[in-house]
Parts: sequence; structure tokens; C-alpha cells
Amino acid sequence: MGLYATTTRRRIAAVFVLLGLIALPWGMRLIGQEFYVSFASRVLIMALAATSLNLVIGFGGMVSFGHAAFFGAGAYCVAVLAESGVTSAWLAWPAATGVAAVLAVLVGAISLRTRGVYFIMITLAFAQMVFYLVVSLKTWGGDDGLPLLQRSAFGSLDLKDDSTFYFVVLAILAFVLFMLDRIAHSRFGRVIQSIRENEVRMEALGYPVFSFKLVCFSLGGALAGLAGALMANQAGLASPNLLHWMQSGILMVMIVIGGVGSVFGGVVGAVLLLVCEEAFVEITPHWQIGLGLLLLAVVLWAPLGIAGLFGWGRNRE
Amino acid sequence: MSEGLDLLLDVRGVSKHFGGVYALNNASLSVVRGEVHALIGPNGAGKTTLIHVLSGALPCNGGRVVFDGNDLERRPMHERVTLGLARSYQITNIFTRLTVLDNVAMAVQSRVRDWGSSFSFWKPFSLDSAIIGEAHALLAQVSLSGMANRLAGQLSHGEQRSLEVALALATKPKLLLLDEPMAGMGPEESERMVGLIEHLAQQVTILLVEHDMDAVFRLADRISVLVGGTVIASGSPEAIRGDAEVRRAYLGDEVA
Ligand SMILES: Nc1ncnc2c1ncn2[C@@H]1O[C@H](COP(=O)(O)OP(=O)(O)OP(=O)(O)O)[C@@H](O)[C@H]1O
Ligand SMILES: [Mg+2]
Repeated sequence: MGLYATTTRRRIAAVFVLLGLIALPWGMRLIGQEFYVSFASRVLIMALAATSLNLVIGFGGMVSFGHAAFFGAGAYCVAVLAESGVTSAWLAWPAATGVAAVLAVLVGAISLRTRGVYFIMITLAFAQMVFYLVVSLKTWGGDDGLPLLQRSAFGSLDLKDDSTFYFVVLAILAFVLFMLDRIAHSRFGRVIQSIRENEVRMEALGYPVFSFKLVCFSLGGALAGLAGALMANQAGLASPNLLHWMQSGILMVMIVIGGVGSVFGGVVGAVLLLVCEEAFVEITPHWQIGLGLLLLAVVLWAPLGIAGLFGWGRNRE
Repeated sequence: MSEGLDLLLDVRGVSKHFGGVYALNNASLSVVRGEVHALIGPNGAGKTTLIHVLSGALPCNGGRVVFDGNDLERRPMHERVTLGLARSYQITNIFTRLTVLDNVAMAVQSRVRDWGSSFSFWKPFSLDSAIIGEAHALLAQVSLSGMANRLAGQLSHGEQRSLEVALALATKPKLLLLDEPMAGMGPEESERMVGLIEHLAQQVTILLVEHDMDAVFRLADRISVLVGGTVIASGSPEAIRGDAEVRRAYLGDEVA
């Protein structure tokens, strides 16, 4: 039993969770809380963004502090395209994914020449550059962000309907998780996880480590762009907040709590964090102290995150 | 000196300094295809530094290295491995949190160049029976079959040393650079390692860095002596044993 991601009962559990999520809109309608369907979409989109970061940090071992740049790039791409009349999701969402991927290749090609703290700092610096650039552009709304007047058109599906939008997001997330699970067990997945374990040895075994890391980093960036495209649709706005370094930090906290390097870590973390926020923010504005304590507890006693506690993470020794 | 011989590795006047310290100073040696070439020298002579320079882990400050007809200058480490140059580490360098089998499988996979190679994203690795089969065969060769599913970090020191060699071997090198494979081993384990190297010598050329003189004189076809970053002598074991300068500089009482 090594530290590669594993497949066990986890997949069965995932199917049950998926069924529950499919039933969620009807459940909410039953208890008259339809507002929560839109909230649930937001949670799933953040789960997708966190999952994309988990690919980079958890599987590839590259502690990127600039993931918000790719998330935000996807959102702005969709909003800018909508402004110029391109509203088809079939065009706008792949475009957002592609733009984020290209940005990630550029950032990665430079940042991945550094290691450790330098890598953290250089990815942060790039993301902040993107943030200030976008905020300074008046045509893109500056501090206010760029509104998306209507949700993307997705064939005959009406995304303006919150339930329909929710199902589309859920389908995309489920597909990405399925892909990630496949990747984790593929040759490529094992290579990047081994690079995370011992980079020098991998190079000495003949692996072009840099190329593998760049592909992994860019794949993560591309998926973050897709999440950003969905987020712009959910919020009706490409907000500069999506590009802010705090967004990168939140995504990081999510995967640490959920489970670094486990397929469902990003989902578990995003759900936990956002549901707690929703539940406690009414009660006390100091709920984040509780979050801090939770983070501390996870780091100290459950380094594989909540997913790890349930045997959903990487194998224990 | 070595004209007419089939040179696999030719090191010409290589220098490497760390700040003011010359770890290698105009070092030259050549390894003939098929031989076991031992590199001996006192602590701090620069043996490990030479292995680092040859494998591409460290850039050198001058000189040339030609391997199998290729100038290695500016070639990254992974390319050198593809050319057939593999190394083991003096300080064990394995994947401690992966299983022993996964360690070796990862090494075998590095040279798989079939469809998709290591950029295959889809097919589950557990179906790669060819790679896994080869990994098992390698483990048998280094007597680690019983440990396949243990975490590498849980192995004894001697077993980890064997795994270290298996990783290098798995890349199917033309030249195997072994940096003190017996380091820290007990007599029984050392004996087994000597046996393994003897066996490997039939398949692959070996450059062996080793302090254990009994092992060196048993295994080596030729020996080079590195002192203070310079190769002061190269030749057959008998010639080295009889070389006055070598005796003075290094061997001393050990063979007297
Ligand atoms: N990274 C480094 N920075 C500075 N000095 C170094 C470095 N690596 C090695 N040296 C110095 O270079 C010299 C050669 O070291 P090297 O490790 O190559 O010796 P060695 O022959 O392998 O010794 P040993 O038999 O103890 O393994 C030593 O004086 C060492 O202190
Ligand atoms: Mg040494």
C-alpha cells in the first residue's frame, strides 16, 4: 500500500453521494427552500475549482499560490465573450478553459523553474499581476467586475432555471472527478505522484520532470478556467474577487481540510467550508475562528484531510 | 593509451569547484565497454562529485564527457538516462512512501515508449502487466521478491541499498554508475551485493565507486585512483596494487 491515490469502496460511496446530489433540487422544493439550489451550484463550482488545485498541489506536489488567476481568467473570458455577443456555452466555456490553459502554460513555464518558497511566491506574483491588470481595465469594469447579462446558452437547456443550471454543473463536476480518478491511476498520474514524492530520483530514472509538471500544472489551470466560466454564470458577474490572492488561499484551505492528493478532497473541503460559512455566518461573524481551529486540527491530526479520515484519500501506511 | 579499445565513457579533464574548493581538478578516465571499472580514492577525493557530473546532477566547470559517442555537455539528467547512463546514490535515494514494487515499476515505466508512454492519462496502471511483470523479475534479481508490497521506507538499510541498485538497473543502462553500493552494509549483505554486482557485470558495464578493497580487487577489471580531484593512476588491479605513488597517496597499509 503506497501513497498513490487508491480506488476502493470510495467509488461506491461516490455513486451514493451523486444520487443524493441529483435528488437535491426536488428535496429543496419539497421543503420550500429553492434558494439553496443556487447556493448548491456555487458550492459545486467551488468544489470543481478546489479539485483543479488539488491536481496541482495534491497530486503534482506543486504548491501554487496563484490558482485564482486561472479561475478568474475563465470567468472574465465568458463575460467578455458575452459582451461581444458570443453567448453559446459550447463556444464560451471551452474558450474559457483554453484561455486559462494558455495562461497556465505561460506562468508554469517560468514558475516551475523554481522550487519551494520561491515557487509559492512567483505564482502569487503572477496572479497579483493579473489581478491588478484586470482591475485597472475600465472596459472590464475595474473594481466592479464585468456583469454577465444573461447565462450562457446551452443548446435547448435553459440555464436561467436554477435547477437546470445546477444539473449541468453537477454533470461537469462528476465528469471531471471521474476523469481525475482515471488520471490518478494512469501512468501519467503515477508519474506526477512519484514526482511529488521524490523529484530528483524521478529525473535520475529518466523522466523529463519539468514537462510532466508543466502538463499537470496547465491541466489544473484549464479546469480552474472552466470552474471560473461556471462561476461567472452562477453569479451573473466576473468579479475581481475571483482573481484575488484570497481566492487562491480559500481554495488551498479547502483542499487541506478536504484531503490533499485525494480525488474527492476538493469536493469535501469546498462543501464543508461553504456549508459551515452559510450555517454560522448568521450566528456569529467570528465563525472563521472556528474554521481556523478546524484547519489546525486537520493539519495536526489528519494530514490526509477529512477524505483521508474516511479512507477516501491516499492509502495510509 | 586506450586507443583501439571500445570506449563507452570518456572523461577528459573535467573540473568542478564549489566556491574555492576544487572537488574535481582536471580529472580524466575512460571506461571500456564490458568492464567493471572501479573508482577508488580517500574520503573527499571527489568520487561522488564525479558521479554527479557524469549523471548530470551537477554541471562541471570545464572538460568534456563523451558517452557512447555522445557529448554530454548541457544534456539534462533524464536525457542521459535515455542514452543509457544510470546511477545509484551513495545516500539511499528511493521513494520511501511507495511500495517496493511501485518503486521498481516506476523505474521500468520510464523507458516504456509504447503508445501514450508515460503521458497516458487513461488506462489504469494496474493493467500494465508487462511493466509489473518486469518489476517483479528485477526484484527477484536483487532478492527482494518477498518485500514487493512493503513500503520502501520500512525496509532494512541493506534491503534499501539493494532497491537503490534495482532502480538504476531497471532503466536497462549501458553503463551503471554505482556509488558505494555496500555503504553501511554488514558483512553478509556486502557479500550478497558483491555477488549481485558480479552477476550484473555479465550484462552491463559498471563504474563502481567503493571503499571496500577486498570487493574492489575481486570485482574490478580496471581501477582508477582519484586523489584530491585528480586521477593519479589507472590500470589493472595488479598494476594499481604495485603502483608506488598510489600506495603512498592512498592504499598505504591496507594492501601492504
Ligand atoms: N555541494 C557541495 N558544496 C561544497 N563542497 C562540496 C559539495 N559537494 C562536495 N563538496 C566537497 O568536494 C569534495 C569532494 O567531495 P565528494 O563527496 O565528491 O567526495 P567523495 O570522494 O565522494 O568522498 P566519500 O568517500 O567520503 O564519499 C569534498 O571536499 C567535499 O567537501
Ligand atoms: Mg562519495
